[in-house]
Amino acid sequence: MLDKLDQIKQDALDALASAQDEDALESWRVAYLGRSSAIMDVFKNMGGVPQEERGAVGRAANQVKQALEAAFTEKTVTLREVALQHSLSEERLDVTLPGRAIPRGRLHPTTQTLREIYRVFADMGFQIYLSREVETDEYNFQLLNFPLHHPAREMQDTFHIVSEEDRGDNPLLLRAHTSPGQIHAMREYAATDPDNPPPVRIILPGMCYRYEQVSARYESQFTQVEGLAVGHNITFSDLKGTLSDFARRIFGQEVRSRFRASHFPFTEPSAEMDIECFLCGGDGCSVCKDAGWLEILGCGMVHPIVLENGGYDPERYTGFAFGMGPERITMLRHRIEDIRYFWANDMRFLEQF
Amino acid sequence: MKVPLSWIKEYVDIDLSIEELGRRMTLAGLEVEEIQYVGYPLLEGDQRREAKISGFAWGPDQIVVGAILEVMPHPDADKLVLCKLDDGEQVHTVLTGAPNLYEFKGAGPLDTPLKVAYAREGATIINAYEPGNNPTTLKRKKIRGVESYSMACSERELGISDEHEGIIILDDDAPVGAPLVDYMGDVVFDIAITPNFARDANVIGVAREIAAITGAELSYPDLDIPMDGPPLEGRVKIEITDPNLNPRFVFGLIENVVIKPSPYKVQLRLKLAGMRPIDALVDATNYAMLELGEPLHAFDYDVLVRRAVRQVANLSYPTIITRPAEQGEKLVTLDDVERTLDDFTVMVCDQSGSLALAGVMGGAESEISENTTNILLEGAAWNIINTRRTVISQNLPSEAAYRFSRGVHPEMAPKGVLRGLKLMHEWAGGTIAQGLVDEYPLPPEDPTVEITADDVRRWLGIELSVKEIVGILESLEFTCQLGIRYQESGTSDKTLIPDTQSLITVTTPDHRLDISTGVIGKADLMEEIARVYGYDRIPETRLSDDLPPQRGNDELEIEEALRDLLAGLGLQEVITHRMTSSERETRRLSPDTPPDDAPYFTLANPITPERSVLRHSLLASVLEIVERNARIRERIAIFEINPVFLASEDGDLPDETKQLVIVLTGPRALADWAGADTSPMDFFDLKGIVDSTLRGLHLEDIRYENAEHPSFHPGKCARVTLGGNQIGVMGELHPQVKGNYDLPETPLLAADFDVTAIINAVPTLFDVTSIPSQPPMLEDIALIVDESLPAAKVEALIRQTGGRTVTNLRLFDIYRGEQIGAGKKSLAYSLTYQNPERTLTDKDAAKLRNKIIKRLERELGAQLRG
Ligand SMILES: [Zn+2]
Repeated sequence: MLDKLDQIKQDALDALASAQDEDALESWRVAYLGRSSAIMDVFKNMGGVPQEERGAVGRAANQVKQALEAAFTEKTVTLREVALQHSLSEERLDVTLPGRAIPRGRLHPTTQTLREIYRVFADMGFQIYLSREVETDEYNFQLLNFPLHHPAREMQDTFHIVSEEDRGDNPLLLRAHTSPGQIHAMREYAATDPDNPPPVRIILPGMCYRYEQVSARYESQFTQVEGLAVGHNITFSDLKGTLSDFARRIFGQEVRSRFRASHFPFTEPSAEMDIECFLCGGDGCSVCKDAGWLEILGCGMVHPIVLENGGYDPERYTGFAFGMGPERITMLRHRIEDIRYFWANDMRFLEQF
Repeated sequence: MKVPLSWIKEYVDIDLSIEELGRRMTLAGLEVEEIQYVGYPLLEGDQRREAKISGFAWGPDQIVVGAILEVMPHPDADKLVLCKLDDGEQVHTVLTGAPNLYEFKGAGPLDTPLKVAYAREGATIINAYEPGNNPTTLKRKKIRGVESYSMACSERELGISDEHEGIIILDDDAPVGAPLVDYMGDVVFDIAITPNFARDANVIGVAREIAAITGAELSYPDLDIPMDGPPLEGRVKIEITDPNLNPRFVFGLIENVVIKPSPYKVQLRLKLAGMRPIDALVDATNYAMLELGEPLHAFDYDVLVRRAVRQVANLSYPTIITRPAEQGEKLVTLDDVERTLDDFTVMVCDQSGSLALAGVMGGAESEISENTTNILLEGAAWNIINTRRTVISQNLPSEAAYRFSRGVHPEMAPKGVLRGLKLMHEWAGGTIAQGLVDEYPLPPEDPTVEITADDVRRWLGIELSVKEIVGILESLEFTCQLGIRYQESGTSDKTLIPDTQSLITVTTPDHRLDISTGVIGKADLMEEIARVYGYDRIPETRLSDDLPPQRGNDELEIEEALRDLLAGLGLQEVITHRMTSSERETRRLSPDTPPDDAPYFTLANPITPERSVLRHSLLASVLEIVERNARIRERIAIFEINPVFLASEDGDLPDETKQLVIVLTGPRALADWAGADTSPMDFFDLKGIVDSTLRGLHLEDIRYENAEHPSFHPGKCARVTLGGNQIGVMGELHPQVKGNYDLPETPLLAADFDVTAIINAVPTLFDVTSIPSQPPMLEDIALIVDESLPAAKVEALIRQTGGRTVTNLRLFDIYRGEQIGAGKKSLAYSLTYQNPERTLTDKDAAKLRNKIIKRLERELGAQLRG
């Protein structure tokens, strides 16, 4: 019997030696350590072993079983090691194959620029105020101190809307700037405490419309972001500081800005802010039209008439306002040569952002 | 506006470099768009460029004043002459073909030598025979057998103008041998004049600004003129019918002038200022206008007298009448165009009829001609608005109209006339009649404004002393008085009240119309103070005022969150034109549906018929973008959030309703080496995106029901509701609608949502459930149901029956086939059971499963599959 056990062990180990992979190993385990294996038969048939030999046979059988199990474990480790080495030495990907394409969504470039502008001004305490795109002459012009026959309000600049009824001096039109929102906002704020209106600090983004022949430089619709700060203690030097900070955050901390006197009906004093051309460093190039400076925005102290029309007493309140074009800023930053790209929505343009 | 620096320097001393001067002018509101160097080197020294620059430098040693002593014929060429020319060092023989020398040919030595711009051998001039301004250097060569090494230059060759017909003939006083640049070199500032700077659209205006910003002294043109003729009084009458249209009208008269060209230096200045020299008389009116800003009009006095005599016998003088035109009245203007006039156009007339469009253009008949000897010179003030409307209606932008439509102070009228008369007298001789005839029915008030140093601090954020403020304002010719207050500013009975405050009472000078009174006037003065002080000297500070109430903008935040969700799901955002046409929008509707007859908001002045109304449908806009991109992209997945414009129930203004449109078409993925799923996107790709987006906003009770819509396939269209309220529709585009567009074969899926409805449904807060500590049990159930039964009903019933224990449910297979019979489908669900309080047993699961199946069998006729 003990010889038989030796034989079983020897057969099993021989068989194990020839197992070359995990499948063979598993077959070996079933054959030599499984329920119907020879060694298990020995345990099962222990009843047929004479009483006096049972102790010795039992011990011997256990030793064989343990030996086989140990051999199995060892072989398993060995085989796994071989497989690992094989994998490490043989498996090679062509890492230059393209990755599986996962469609990436993007925001429109104007949205991206708008959000940057929102962020910068949000940090300075400006909240966002939205207002309508179809306006009345009153809000688009009259309340903003555009006198009748002011050049900027002539038919060739503004899109007018046909009305069934004669609206006289107050026709409907497409807003030419987001400035009507200044009046809407001030009136809304002032209504909360007419005798002592609260301060205002808002930006007003949105689509605006001008009657322009569409070209690489002009579109009939364009977005604008206006800003408005009104309070008891707001000065021209605050205007300069706020907008210079803005320019540094949008165009880089090194950028130089300059303010020059200009004219807008709804601000007094008025200014335009230029930044030194970041493409040529001020030496002159095609983007800055050889001027060395790039016009970025118009601004000024809110005109007393506009404050008054908004419900703010100009003797007690001052404020500043500014307006800029996100498309222009986007064009300058990415050297885009044609403003028509923005609403044409050609994927070859949009997918570059 | 182009202004030669030499002209400015006649009235103010300047010791800044050119570019620094340009910079200071720009910052002060006179934006220098271009600096043209005429003869002077560009950016001399280490000047930093401040604007666009152009120009051509004349070598001081090479290009000098020469004197032609004699013009001789060329031996072999009719069109060429040989000049004996003295350049101050020696006499040269110079070859030229200039036609303006022919008249001197063969006349022997000239009594008065002709002064010319002489370029010596080696000089660099502009090559006039090539386009552009390419330089060329004069070299010795033989032309028609005569040696040539130098030349007398045309304006073109020196970069002055495009004139290349003849050579420049300088005035007689030009010093022979002097560098030409010293004699007539110049620098031209091209300045953009904003409407509020209309007073500066002239040399004196610019000089005044420079004087103010540099602290230099301003001088004025000489208006002291010899009036040696008989008095003008009684030789012309003026009748102003409406002083609001014509606040002032002034006449001067000069007689027996001789028409000839004005001096070359005058012509050069006019050219550099952008005006064409004509003759001494016309040049004098233009020169005076450019200098003082008062447009002048010259009448042929004899024509007016003749007309007067014809009209009223025995009357030997004209009466000039100003009045509005009759609607439809006609006048032939000096450009020989017969013009039909509107009743807002102001006319200058005499008793026989109209003579000129006031402030805009003269009439043909009374215009000065080469036969004119007696000139009646008009200077006037005209209503700004009427002038502007006439300029627009007649499409007649002129230098005069430019100024009058922006406002010219009536005080400028006599000054302009005197200056014009003086220049005519100087350049064309004649005798000036004594005195002017001056009708001035409506002198403007020169506003008075009170300001304090505290106002300056409050508006500008700078501390200026009263003395500094007064200094700045006086430099612009405002009058300042200290410590007094007018009882009522602007009235004639001014009572002076002593004031303890450091009050400055500021009176506007008589050349300005842009300063108001009260707090507006204060703002106007703040701009003047800031400009002259220097915008660049005002410090930059950060806002320190109180913050306003913090409200945020919830709607916009949700809208932006929606954009982020959609972009995160792989969609590209687009922004389209809001303007379209009803024809373009009709394409979005299938032919057998009723047309969109809601009224459009229509543009009164569209640029093109294709963009003549405000859109009703964002879907139509986005479909056009798909159409455009279909040619370049196989797979398109885009969205837009923007308004449409529909008539409102309250008021004339439209409701600007924000819509969300999503469009998908093309393969799910582009074919690749890794076996991507390239099957075309279908309804359920879109539904996945819609559902993820709405759930991303934590919306609840989202339902999809079959629906019909004019844009969608009737069997592949869903209405989407939130809590029972419809928020949008989605589906596969109707085949006939698709046929209206140039689109690929693949199905086009689109969704059209009301963004406001979505925003209103977004909860402010949402709850999060705890992660269960008990293990879940997973189980699959396959059910055979009628084909027509919506899957949502099965799912709803399972959830209802399972209650809280069914924590997840996923439809993982739909099977149709013979095995289960026609008209049936098998829905296979994977269910997750979980009880937060205790571990579920197999028995619990079996019980629940039975309950669910029984109910499905009973209520939906479902049958458990295999
Ligand atoms: Zn540049």
